[in-house]
Amino acid sequence: MTPATLYALTGVGLFAIGLYAFIRHAHLLRKILAFNVMGSGVFLVLIGLARRTPTGLTDPVPQAMVITGIVVAVAATALALSLMLRVVATIGRTELPDDPARRAE
Amino acid sequence: MTSTLEAALTARSDLIAPVLAPLVGALLSFLLRRWAMPIGLISIIGLVLAVLMLIPEALATGPRWLAVGGWEAPLGIVLHADGLSLAMLFMTAAVGLAISLYAAVYFHDQPSRAWSFWPLWLLLLTGLTALFLAADIFNLYVTLELLGRAAAALTALAGGADALVGAMRYLLVSLLGSLAYLLGVALLYHAYGTVDLGLLADRIAGLPATWAALGLMSAGLLLKTALFPLHFWLPPAHSNAPAPVSAALSALVVKGSFYLWLRLWLELFGGLGLGVETFLGLLGAGAVIWGSLQALRQTRLKLLVAYSTVAQIGYLFLAFPLALGGATTAWTGAIYLAVSHALAKAAMFLAAGNLLRFGGHDRIADLDRVVQRLPLSIAAFALAGVSIMGLPPSGGFIGKWLLLEAALSQGRWGWALVILLGGVLAATYVFKVLGYAFTQSETPHRARPVPAVMEWAALSLAASAILLGLIVAPPLALLAIGEPFAMATGAVGP
Repeated sequence: MTPATLYALTGVGLFAIGLYAFIRHAHLLRKILAFNVMGSGVFLVLIGLARRTPTGLTDPVPQAMVITGIVVAVAATALALSLMLRVVATIGRTELPDDPARRAE
Repeated sequence: MTSTLEAALTARSDLIAPVLAPLVGALLSFLLRRWAMPIGLISIIGLVLAVLMLIPEALATGPRWLAVGGWEAPLGIVLHADGLSLAMLFMTAAVGLAISLYAAVYFHDQPSRAWSFWPLWLLLLTGLTALFLAADIFNLYVTLELLGRAAAALTALAGGADALVGAMRYLLVSLLGSLAYLLGVALLYHAYGTVDLGLLADRIAGLPATWAALGLMSAGLLLKTALFPLHFWLPPAHSNAPAPVSAALSALVVKGSFYLWLRLWLELFGGLGLGVETFLGLLGAGAVIWGSLQALRQTRLKLLVAYSTVAQIGYLFLAFPLALGGATTAWTGAIYLAVSHALAKAAMFLAAGNLLRFGGHDRIADLDRVVQRLPLSIAAFALAGVSIMGLPPSGGFIGKWLLLEAALSQGRWGWALVILLGGVLAATYVFKVLGYAFTQSETPHRARPVPAVMEWAALSLAASAILLGLIVAPPLALLAIGEPFAMATGAVGP
């Protein structure tokens, strides 16, 4: 196994761990952290696979994508954190309550 | 590649105008808060003009490409407009104009909310128009994120506990969907060495990577489109936002991720014969039935309208199995339905906003003779209801008729039954609201006047949905530009 493949597989593993935590944990901060772990996993996949080219030269396009992806992820995290603070200040809990629509059923 | 050559030949920068108009407006309205509302209205008029100017030329000369700044793919950003893109752009501009006029009055007495609303709303429009014009799967990801961020922030605008919780859940769902999509992009890029939709369409094959990408991208996008049973986040998010935001979310934002999924299907996955069409159709049928039944059970008007969106999204997915037989009729029907739904659903949410403002509540049972007191808003709700039910003459009728025709011509009675049943259920929940609008409630309510602009904005949207049923040939001609559905015609595949 080449290091590039190892990085890509590690990325897939991070994505899976993040996804598990995202679904499993109710605490909003943990969910936001889990999203970041998943994001790092995707970026690692992109960077790892960029080395796996037929010519052996690193492909620069995925690196440009990862830079864009990091910017998007930072903005998303900032929005999620500020929204989380507002939610906690308003409802006094760090977890989302059950869906009001489903509770009514 | 021919697409690159044509891009060089037809390189004219007016294709970027529908993206630039709202983007410049968003930045200016953020910087010049005092002038946010006039800047917003000017940008939306700019967007409408930009879209209208694209259409005659596209009708005459066919689809257009533009390499932004002269940089070709893979490093540059290429924009592409065919009939499907133009129809979606037209829908965005028309609904956007009505929502903007409504919002200008709606937020008039809440300056702090208006300051937040205009930049976010214009950014949302930027994300949508860029999404409809993007020609590669990575830029589609970026536009999808732009759209999702603006939409989540707008959902939180009302500020109450319900709105904040709805927005938080919406944001988390949206982030999860985007990441799944991005991982799919990574796999496709690695397998085929390009993110350009046209090149990918030439190279794609039934490799394991394609399957994995299909699974990730469909899961992410169907979650963002709120297809049953992934719709749980939609009703609370859409019903707790301020009226113009609800209208934008239900009419336009869900169409963004649906368009992206449809585009991927038509260009990439549809031709591979993967056999998931029936599954998508069954989820759609589930959405039609479940969404309509839930709508019927709601006691609050905005929740009823939101569940109606869940049901109407289901209709769009009925086209997947029906197009398998080779007819483009089903795709045309689905897009016709999507555009009519955008007009009608925006009208319904704006009318619901008027009723909420008038009576201070949106309990359906206490509507208290609003038909006499707000006749224009109820007329808007009823006309929009005609299109949602699919009664003639309306855009909803044409869309459902095309879907029915596709089902009946192939003798697929099960799908036809779902289409008809959904119409009957929609009629039941629309008439439930209209019935209470005529009766007097037991407790009298305070009544707050509703500005005329807000009533007319809702009514003109509803009237446009009806008009789409009377003027059918021009929209069909627009949709046929560049034959966006041609690839999926041979969907039975290799």
